[in-house]
Amino acid sequence: MTTQDKSKNNLLDPYASSRETTEGTVFSVTGGDWDSLVSEIGESKEERIIVNMGPQHPSTHGVLRLVLELEGETVTEVRTGIGYLHTGIEKNIEFRNWTQAVTFATRMDYLSPIFNETAYCLAVEKLLGITNDIPERASVIRVLMMELNRISSHMVALGTGALELGAMAPMFFAFRDREIVLDTFEEITGLRMNMAYVRPGGVSQDLPAGMNIKLREVVKSLRKNFNDNAQLLIGNTIWMKRTEGIGYLDLAGCTALGITGPVLRSAGLPWDLRKMQPYCGYENYEFDVITADTADVYGRFLVRMAELEQSLRIIEQAIDKLDKLEGQPVMVADKKIAWPAQLALGADGLGNSLDHIREIMGTSMESLIHHFKLVTEGFRVPAGQVYASVESPRGELAAHVVSDGGTRPYRVHFREPSFNNLQSTSAMSEGGMVADIIGAVASIDPVMGGVDR
Amino acid sequence: MSEEQTGMFGAIGTGDTSGYGGLVRTAAATGSTERPFGGYFDQVADDLERAYPDFSDAITRVVVDRGELTLHIKKSRLVEVAQILRDKLLFEMCMGVSGIHYPERTGAELVAVYPLLSMTKNQRIRLEVATSDLDPHIPSVVNVWAGNNWHERETFDMFGIIFDGHPGLTRILMPDDWDGHPQRKDYPLGGISVEYKGATTPAPSNRRSYQ
Repeated sequence: MTTQDKSKNNLLDPYASSRETTEGTVFSVTGGDWDSLVSEIGESKEERIIVNMGPQHPSTHGVLRLVLELEGETVTEVRTGIGYLHTGIEKNIEFRNWTQAVTFATRMDYLSPIFNETAYCLAVEKLLGITNDIPERASVIRVLMMELNRISSHMVALGTGALELGAMAPMFFAFRDREIVLDTFEEITGLRMNMAYVRPGGVSQDLPAGMNIKLREVVKSLRKNFNDNAQLLIGNTIWMKRTEGIGYLDLAGCTALGITGPVLRSAGLPWDLRKMQPYCGYENYEFDVITADTADVYGRFLVRMAELEQSLRIIEQAIDKLDKLEGQPVMVADKKIAWPAQLALGADGLGNSLDHIREIMGTSMESLIHHFKLVTEGFRVPAGQVYASVESPRGELAAHVVSDGGTRPYRVHFREPSFNNLQSTSAMSEGGMVADIIGAVASIDPVMGGVDR
Repeated sequence: MSEEQTGMFGAIGTGDTSGYGGLVRTAAATGSTERPFGGYFDQVADDLERAYPDFSDAITRVVVDRGELTLHIKKSRLVEVAQILRDKLLFEMCMGVSGIHYPERTGAELVAVYPLLSMTKNQRIRLEVATSDLDPHIPSVVNVWAGNNWHERETFDMFGIIFDGHPGLTRILMPDDWDGHPQRKDYPLGGISVEYKGATTPAPSNRRSYQ
């Protein structure tokens, strides 16, 4: 390429100018410059401008790109660009065995890992036909973990949502409470996020000793803490001016666009899979489905705030159940599926229990073969397809899992609520002010890890 | 997928020394399920037959498996059936579309699966449409369920199924100029170098430090 060509090329692509170095061509990829945009607008006679918002904009909830067409401060068109966080999780899962897939699924929507795991595991269990064989203690622990996770996820939604609209303090309170939940997760699973705790057949390990007492304290302090944000925001004039009547999407709009979760409930329909199509024994818990009738950002905020208390109610009932189920198994009895079979906490961390190691290495050749085959190859799942859904903090999270009878999933597709709900950005924002897009997107609460997978 | 197999780890003959013979491997059924289907599925089938006289022609198979109803539909009839399912049988929500690639099924390699939800009746069913790899066209249902817009774009992106009538069928997760459709079974996992703005980043396995 001649120098002439290169300078021409640079003119063609102002965002990726190149220069030669001894190591080869170096490209500098940059975004647009605000000053040059403003001067361009000053020169043109047209009112209409097109602005790229994101993918690195701090108010877009991660790497979301919005292409806005503005007339003055009014938004005439919003186009949404996604895919910046696409990691091929669904493809990767096809190359791992049924148990390992949990480790991938948990990383999709990184704010609600337990829901990802549970949706996938419920689907695998349905394929295996062992849905009714899951021990009750495992189901109760799943419910407990899901509701704790709902709190931590809603806390991020509330905290970052408020932060994006200019309110700093709610974020501090929200992240303080989220930290309490994450510490609890760490104590139970060993990890704060991406735990791969829920496994096909049950959960990977039982709660540590004395956890019930700690959980009750957690519930107590969370209940007290929730008041801080409630007092800060509910009825706050500035907050209401930024949220009331903003991002309006009524029931008809929600239905047409397949919207579920708090956005749908803010339009007045009490649709909650935990009540309507119970799984993991949700029919045995007392809780209310929260709705609002305003179908706006404020309504969604109120729904999420009230759902926190409902989650605490479920957690309390779950702890009571766990008290009664002390010592019961947390993994399906079928040793052909329960993997890894025997875990215990040793001096060097969590691993196979010493008793189990002694048995497979010292006494039983068959046990060793069993262990080896199960861990390296995994179990087979009868051919067929199923669809299993759970109510995640963002709506219906479902796993469509196809098996060809082998030890690896043939196809796993996740119906991600963030992905689906993000489609409503245009419907919520067009015709409004540019500043209100932030509120509308925050009220959808999209998690880009889940959107792009 | 069609052959019957037993044993957990694919052991043939007496290779199974570990007692792993318990799980019988069942092949996916290829025929239709006989009535009664059980639950509300009979009601759904009756209602659809009444509302849609061409039922027997449009729907090639009705499968009930693991408590879920799947209607296999000829692709030319998909939109008609979808419209009736939405308006008459009140399946007001479509939870997206998921693709499946079966390279060994000649003439029906690409499959699109639509999970439907009726919130009014609290019911779920599933539609399945198959098409050939040589003619990867399936009519779009975006005019029936607007929320399927992005889902169809994703399935196009991942499987190359072209949804005819979609308002703007472009890639959604992969870059616009990407070659191939990653979720197809003949597409490798990794090992692909990435080109962006003229610069090429080799796949990890081809980087100098790994060779």
